[in-house]
Amino acid sequence: MRAPVWTAVAISIGLIVLLGYFIPPELAQFGFILTIRSILVGWAVILAGVAALVGVLNLFLVHVARMTAKRNPDRYSILLVVFFILSLGFGLYLTPADPNYQKVVTAIQVPVEASLMGILAVTLTFASFRLFQRRKGLMAVVFAISAVFFLLVGSGLLAPLQEVPGIGGILGFFQRLPVAGGRGILLGIALGSLTAGLRVLLGADRPYSG
Amino acid sequence: MIWLESFIGLALVVISAGLMLVFALPRFRQGRSTLRPITALQRLRRAIGLAVEDGTRLHVSIGKSSIFSATNASALVGLSTLERVAQLSLVSDRPPVATSGDGTLSVLSQDTLRAAYRIANVPEQYDPDRGRLAGATPFSYIAGTFPIIRDERVSTNILVGNFGPEVGLLADASDQENAFTLATSDALASQAVLYAVAEETLIGEELFALPAYLQTGVIHQASLRLQDVLRWVVVGLILLAALLAFLGVTLL
Repeated sequence: MRAPVWTAVAISIGLIVLLGYFIPPELAQFGFILTIRSILVGWAVILAGVAALVGVLNLFLVHVARMTAKRNPDRYSILLVVFFILSLGFGLYLTPADPNYQKVVTAIQVPVEASLMGILAVTLTFASFRLFQRRKGLMAVVFAISAVFFLLVGSGLLAPLQEVPGIGGILGFFQRLPVAGGRGILLGIALGSLTAGLRVLLGADRPYSG
Repeated sequence: MIWLESFIGLALVVISAGLMLVFALPRFRQGRSTLRPITALQRLRRAIGLAVEDGTRLHVSIGKSSIFSATNASALVGLSTLERVAQLSLVSDRPPVATSGDGTLSVLSQDTLRAAYRIANVPEQYDPDRGRLAGATPFSYIAGTFPIIRDERVSTNILVGNFGPEVGLLADASDQENAFTLATSDALASQAVLYAVAEETLIGEELFALPAYLQTGVIHQASLRLQDVLRWVVVGLILLAALLAFLGVTLL
C-alpha cells in the first residue's frame, strides 16, 4: 500500500489550492486560504524548476551510460554529451542572456527543428496516401473528404463566392463547422480533465509513490 | 457574477466528486461493469500480452505537458497508464520504458514505476533509467524518443499525453519498426495527425477512458460513468441555451 500520510498531505494541499480558485478575493474572512494557496503554488514552481534540473541530469546520465556501454555503444549519444557540456559551459560563462550565445543556439536549433517539420510534412503526405490501407470504413472516407473540403474552404479560393447570394451564407456555415466540431471534442476533453483531476483529489490516482 | 461563477464551479466539483464515489459503490456497479468495446484498446491489451510473452519492450510516452499547466490531465492519464502497463508486464524480461518531454513528468514517471514495482513486492526490478526525459523542447523530445523506438526492441508504443503535431513522426517511426502504436493526445491538431499516421488512435475523451479499459481500478470505471452523465448535462444545457436564444430570452 502507498504511504497514507503522503496521500493525505497531497489531497489536503490539492483541496486548499482548488478552494482558493473558488474564493473571491473580496471575501476577507477566507483571505488566509488565498495566502496559503499562493505560498503552496510558489513552492510548486520552485519544485518544478528543481524537477526540470533533475530531468536534464537524468537525460545526460542516460546518454553517458549509452555512450560508454560495452555492447553497442551509441555514437549519437557522444554528440549529445559533447554539445550538452559545451552548451552548459558557455551558458554558465556567458550567461543565457548573451546575444552571441543566443545567436549560436538559435542558429543550430531553428534549422534542425525546421527540417524535422519538413520531414513531418512529407510523412503526413505519405500517411494521407496510405490512409485507406490503414483504416477501413465510413469514418476514413469522411475524414479524407473533410480534410480536402475544409482545406479548400479555408484556403480562400472560394472567397469570391462569398458575394453570391445564398452561397455566401452556406460557405460561412461550412467555415464555422470545423470550429463547432473542435469545440465538441474540447468539451469532451474538458469533462475528462475534470474527472482525472477529481481522481487525484480523491486519492484514487496517485502520480507519486510517497 | 464572480460569486455565481465561484458557486457553480464549487458545486460542479462537489457534485461530481460525490457522484464518482456513488458510482464506485458495489451496489451501483452491478450489471454496469461492461465497457463499450473500443477496438484500439482491445488491440492494446492484446499487444501488451504479446510483448510480455515474446520478451519485447513496451514504451509509454507521456507527452510534454508540465504537471503545472492546464493540459496536465492528459499527463495524469499517461502516468496512470504507465503504472498499469508496469503492473501488467511485471513478468516480462524487458521492463517498460517511459519517455516524457518535461522534467517534472520524467521525475513522476520514475516515481510511478517505482511505486508499481514496490506495490508488487519486486522493488529490485525498478530502474530509474526507465523513466527518461527525452528532450526539453517539443522537437528535441521527439528526436530523443526515436532511438528508444528504434534500438530497444520495442514492440508496442503507447503515446498518451499532450503532444504537438510533431508526434506524427513518432507514430511513423513506430510503424517503420513494425511495432504496434496506440497514440492519443488532448490537442486537436495532434488528434488529426494521429488519425492519419498512427495504427490506432483515440479521439476526444476516449483518451481519459484508457486507464479504465486497462482495468486500473473501480474508480476509473466510475469516472467514465460520471463523464457520460456530465456529457448529457452539457448536451441538455447547450440545447436549452439554443432554445432560449431562439426565443430571444437572455438570462445573463
